[in-house]
Amino acid sequence: MVAKKDTRTMIAVSGLSKTFVLHTQGGARISVFEDLSMDVAAGECMALDGPSGAGKSTLMRILYANYRVDRGTIKVSHEGEMVDLASSAPRTVLEVRRRTLGYVSQFLRVIPRIATLDVVAEPLRALGVGEDEAHDRARAMLARLNVPERLWDLAPATFSGGEQQRVNVARGFAAELPILLLDEPTASLDAINRQCVMGLIDEAKARGAAIVGIFHDREVRDAVADRVYDMRETLAASGDAA
Amino acid sequence: MSARKREAWDGETGYNFAYLDEQTKRMIRRCILKAVAVPGYQVPFGSREMPLPYGWGTGGIQVTASIIGRDDILKVIDQGSDDTTNAVSIRAFFAKTANVATTEETSKASVIQTRHRIPEQKLRADQILVYQVPNPEPLRFLEPRETECRKVHAYSEYGVMQVKLYEDIARFGRITTAYAYPVRVNDRYIMDPSPIPKFDNPKMDNSSALQLFGAGREKRLYAIPPYTKVDSLDFEDHPFDIETWDEPCGLCGATDSFLDEIILDDQGSRMFACSDSNFCGERRAEGHTGPMTNDPATRIEEGASKNV
Amino acid sequence: MSDDDVLLHVEHVSKYFGQIRACDDVSFDLWPGEVLGIVGESGSGKTTLLNCLAARLVPDSGLISYTNRHGEVSDIFAMSEPERRMLARTDWGFVHQNPRDGLRLDITAGGNIGERLMMVGERHYGNIRHEAETWMNRVELELGRIDSPPRTFSGGMQQRLQIARNLVSGPRLVFMDEPTGGLDVSVQARLLDLLRELVRELQVAVVIVTHDLAVARLLSDRLMVMRHGAVVESGLTDQVLDDPQHAYSQLLVSSILQV
Repeated sequence: MVAKKDTRTMIAVSGLSKTFVLHTQGGARISVFEDLSMDVAAGECMALDGPSGAGKSTLMRILYANYRVDRGTIKVSHEGEMVDLASSAPRTVLEVRRRTLGYVSQFLRVIPRIATLDVVAEPLRALGVGEDEAHDRARAMLARLNVPERLWDLAPATFSGGEQQRVNVARGFAAELPILLLDEPTASLDAINRQCVMGLIDEAKARGAAIVGIFHDREVRDAVADRVYDMRETLAASGDAA
Repeated sequence: MSARKREAWDGETGYNFAYLDEQTKRMIRRCILKAVAVPGYQVPFGSREMPLPYGWGTGGIQVTASIIGRDDILKVIDQGSDDTTNAVSIRAFFAKTANVATTEETSKASVIQTRHRIPEQKLRADQILVYQVPNPEPLRFLEPRETECRKVHAYSEYGVMQVKLYEDIARFGRITTAYAYPVRVNDRYIMDPSPIPKFDNPKMDNSSALQLFGAGREKRLYAIPPYTKVDSLDFEDHPFDIETWDEPCGLCGATDSFLDEIILDDQGSRMFACSDSNFCGERRAEGHTGPMTNDPATRIEEGASKNV
Repeated sequence: MSDDDVLLHVEHVSKYFGQIRACDDVSFDLWPGEVLGIVGESGSGKTTLLNCLAARLVPDSGLISYTNRHGEVSDIFAMSEPERRMLARTDWGFVHQNPRDGLRLDITAGGNIGERLMMVGERHYGNIRHEAETWMNRVELELGRIDSPPRTFSGGMQQRLQIARNLVSGPRLVFMDEPTGGLDVSVQARLLDLLRELVRELQVAVVIVTHDLAVARLLSDRLMVMRHGAVVESGLTDQVLDDPQHAYSQLLVSSILQV
């Protein structure tokens, strides 16, 4: 039997407005966007497009509830319900991040002194997966991304940019979360590893994950994105793009 | 009342019966009543200046002075012996200031004042044992703050006493506290029984006699009423146990009393003898002998007796 | 107890020292397993607030209520003193900045760890010793030092012992006052790693006061930024540190020196 394609909305953003007020710089105001709305469905990959500084990364961080918003709602489908991250308590956001919302950032920012294997296994451990199974799955992911085995027991701080990026990706995809935010996931990767990441994205989509991504690489974007959201349209009418 | 008593009183002029004035005795008796009502609880009292310095038994003396009457018979022992300097002096003190009869025989005494030992003979309901106490507070070494000590006693937060015993076992493999071994009275207060050997602790439990404790320098009294439960603290897997000796008393052959070790000569030869001199003497009078009975080194001087 | 039961409820807590408002109308809720960081500079009132929460200081106004293991909610200052003391010894922990304030220096490490157990009636030496050994391992203290008094330990080791001493009773809420302050940087780092691991493993709620934002980021789920006794900003840790809204928060974050 062919499973019915899941088309429910996984992300529903409505009326988002974001302005940075820099008190340490005399109160300078930087409007990033105003009244931004968008939806992403299960199994869909939405690419954010726009010039540098258009607010793509800012939007990603807002979707992850890392940045706050002045107005609007950011609803994500969490365990069957739509939860508005903009107005949720911190523990709710943390719970959503643990179970539903994954984030692969541009820069690997990890707790120092933790071995790569544990870095990748951590999202699984947070879900209650046992240590042995989490480590097995982490190894599989690292192997798939061609991270050499000799690096698995080392902390990633001294790795090359490409190695760090692959550890980042491995961690982001390890727990198979239903929503993924990918900020330049293939930056600093060679062609082979770019293919790997594209494969991971396709698999995620196939199992129904909703993905929002920033892909500076046109080839990757064309291969994985189902829709493109053009940030140029949402530049705040009043302000300058930072 | 007072005039009649003073006429009958033919002791030292200028002193009241048993040295202390009647109001002081009343104060001390009130404190004793409080102490008896709350077994093991340290009652502060207005300790007086006595004609001997702190550290020489002033607490015990004040308690004895407050309870002793004309018809009482007093025994005083120091480390079990009736004839050490302190025992002799204190006995003389009461003979002089109260003109009471004194004795060395435990069974004949109605009030027994003791420093650091409990008599071997079982005490009766018509007897009172008064202990001299140097340091009444069992928590002192663990908790120097008096305010905190009071709370520990009030809230029965005695786990810290177990820590002391834990430390002994951790350091020495066993609980090494040999005297002043802390006890729990009436399942409530933890008390320092004064520096009696732990050998004597079981005698405090369910005793027919009233036991009173006086600390003159620290100004505290406490009490164990007759037939009160007294347990020595321990661990389930390191239970309380008392001292044992490989030899009996060299003089009387007793195997169930607390023995003192006595060095006989410069070569280090030694013998063991009952610490309770009256107990040993009575056994010898009954004909009991020990391994050293006929040894010249242990020839006992028969001194002038103060028996009644 | 359901997940919705707040562990610690704080309502309008204020504490004055004469005219100085050390704590000014602080309110928040803490849920089981949450780590709340309180950051601010000297004089911000963060330590005063911590001491009020831990019932070491009586606030001048406000309510602090705690929900115990059985779901019963009590006003901690309406409790009797013995109850509060018992709570502080079993359900709560307090890790002092200076480990010497939280240890018995002349009692062996094992005795220090075992004390809370003995306080609640544990009377089997073997069991106590076993627990103490387990905890020595967990806080990465050498087992051979179990019979040594902490007076002979280094600062980092003393701090580890203090942590073990607090955690042995399985507390649900631990207060920490600059637990890594005063330690060498490398020692601090290892201690933070240990704290992070233990907190996650034991699901214990923590209120941690620190002036070091890096420590706050590493350990806390939520942050409260204090200034002159008032909470100027609060929220998810990464949010407050990455997108601070209040002028003072922005100043704090921008003041961190980069290595």
